[in-house]
Amino acid sequence: MAIEVKNLVKSFGTFKALDGVDLRVADGELLALLGPSGSGKTTLLRIIAGLEWPDSGEIHFDGENALSRGARERHVGFVFQHYALFRHMTVFENVAFGLRVQPRKVRKSEAEIRRRVKELLDLVQLDWLADRYPNQLSGGQRQRIALARALAIEPRILLLDEPFGALDAKVRKELRQWLRSLHNEIHVTSIFVTHDQEEALEVAHRVVVMDKGRIEQVGSPGEVYDSPASAFVHSFIGESIMLPVEVRDRAVHLNGRPLDLVAEDIEAGASTLFVRRHDMLIGPAGESPLQGAVTHVRSFGPVQRAEIALAESATTIEIDAPRDRDLRVGEAIGLKPRRYRIFAV
Amino acid sequence: MTVPRAHASSPAEIARASHDPRSEPRAVRIVLITLAIGFLSVFVVLPLVIVFAQAFAKGIGAYLAALTDPEALAAIQLTLLVAATSVGLNLLFGLVAAWAIAKFDFGGKTLLITLIDLPFSVSPVISGLVFVLLFGAQGFFGPWLQAHHLQVLFAFPGIALATTFVTFPFVARALIPLMQEQGTQEEEAAISLGASGLQTFFRVTLPNIKWGVLYGVLLCNARAMGEFGAVSVVSGHVRGETNTMPLLVEILYNEYQFVAAFAIASLLAMLALITLIAKTVLERHLDEGAPRGH
Repeated sequence: MAIEVKNLVKSFGTFKALDGVDLRVADGELLALLGPSGSGKTTLLRIIAGLEWPDSGEIHFDGENALSRGARERHVGFVFQHYALFRHMTVFENVAFGLRVQPRKVRKSEAEIRRRVKELLDLVQLDWLADRYPNQLSGGQRQRIALARALAIEPRILLLDEPFGALDAKVRKELRQWLRSLHNEIHVTSIFVTHDQEEALEVAHRVVVMDKGRIEQVGSPGEVYDSPASAFVHSFIGESIMLPVEVRDRAVHLNGRPLDLVAEDIEAGASTLFVRRHDMLIGPAGESPLQGAVTHVRSFGPVQRAEIALAESATTIEIDAPRDRDLRVGEAIGLKPRRYRIFAV
Repeated sequence: MTVPRAHASSPAEIARASHDPRSEPRAVRIVLITLAIGFLSVFVVLPLVIVFAQAFAKGIGAYLAALTDPEALAAIQLTLLVAATSVGLNLLFGLVAAWAIAKFDFGGKTLLITLIDLPFSVSPVISGLVFVLLFGAQGFFGPWLQAHHLQVLFAFPGIALATTFVTFPFVARALIPLMQEQGTQEEEAAISLGASGLQTFFRVTLPNIKWGVLYGVLLCNARAMGEFGAVSVVSGHVRGETNTMPLLVEILYNEYQFVAAFAIASLLAMLALITLIAKTVLERHLDEGAPRGH
């Protein structure tokens, strides 16, 4: 089911949670809403589910107005951050709940409900927990049961609020891959909220980056990482070196001195130069746009991380250099950004 | 409630405890424990013992005769009926009020919480007088009630109303913090799974608060059966008709019928003991039902 959100606005008192949000989600897509806390991502998810109502704006499911229906009639599966499993029911009854509360006319027979719940528990690989209560399960197991419960009603859309937020790092990684393969299996349009960029970039087809109630950028994981549309996206996703610069006469100036960088199509004025750590290449001292001295080197994994005190300004930056480049503390080096972006402040 | 280290029985344990920096010196502990036990004995245990001693002062035959006296039976019956009515009403009101306060946001919520507590801060006698002013012959509804031959004061409806008013906060008070702590996520989950409002209430909300409901009902019932002040004002003390058990105890006592008075009182005392035991059991369930950390 395709979702279309138009100019959604929602305030809580004086706080603007959503400030004019437009979004299209294609049928069968797996989309991540990524942003810091307070960016409005969970509010957007809850409004799509019908658990919250917008002050203004429109939502359409396959062209039909979703706001004319309550949460109960929207047929949206919602997985809560803290699972919200019914604590007085067994795992089996939790998953069966959505089937048991259907109106008598359409309700499945007891045998059919049992078969369907068994199927779902098999899908999340937890059929052996059917008789347990939620407080007897681990966090990862609870999360999977919450997902099975949401899938029981055969939702047209699946919404997940920080699905792995409350789990430890190892379980998170496993569940991420599991969610991706599950989505490949069932193909239901899914949106999940996260503040963890790695999670968003690794799992989603497309990532929606939000800040202060607005959408900053929508794109594939590669697009939001390699071509950030705004200073916020660049600083929020991936680690960046940020230097305050000034653009004038089509040149970039750092502390009053021009750098040998192209600054076409950029408005003059105070700006920020963004470079990914691994895009800052080491060159010969004296012949590069930036000069500095190595103050600290740490080697781990495929790279070595070096702290460089810049000669042009009184700042220290961290770069990721290949391990085969021998770096010594005190060494004077030149730096040249292989790729960079400049955004007006 | 646990008295620290009071269970330390062996001399070795006591010796160790005296060096324990978390514990008080032995002499201080003995004085404190003696004071606590002495206070409890004089103000709680002794009166209780006296109630039963007086009730059985002339033997078990006199005790049973006092309890099976028509006036006593009428009082017991009235008390049970009044308690059932006010507990029933307050269960309904308390559930509705707690549900509204804990699960929804609306204007005037703080005012509603304050109003729920009102009966606790008003003297029961005043509460009774309010009903006299409302339903008495010169009262607000008096003429209308008389015109329709409806008797509220000095009859069952008045007693039930006054008792309901006085015991109103118990169920709501027991449920509001419990429901607030549990939040609305399970209800939201139920609704997104297609449950109606009633299905959500009966299948999700109520099972989660059942021990809290029982706790509130228990305390409400104990107070309803024991209420004296408010009921005394509205009852009119018609013997065999509008005397509840506490009122009858007073009347019998004033007439020097000590065995009869204390026999009835012993029933109320037993109610108190049963309530206490049930309360302890329920509190254990409430602790178990509390959500564990995520």
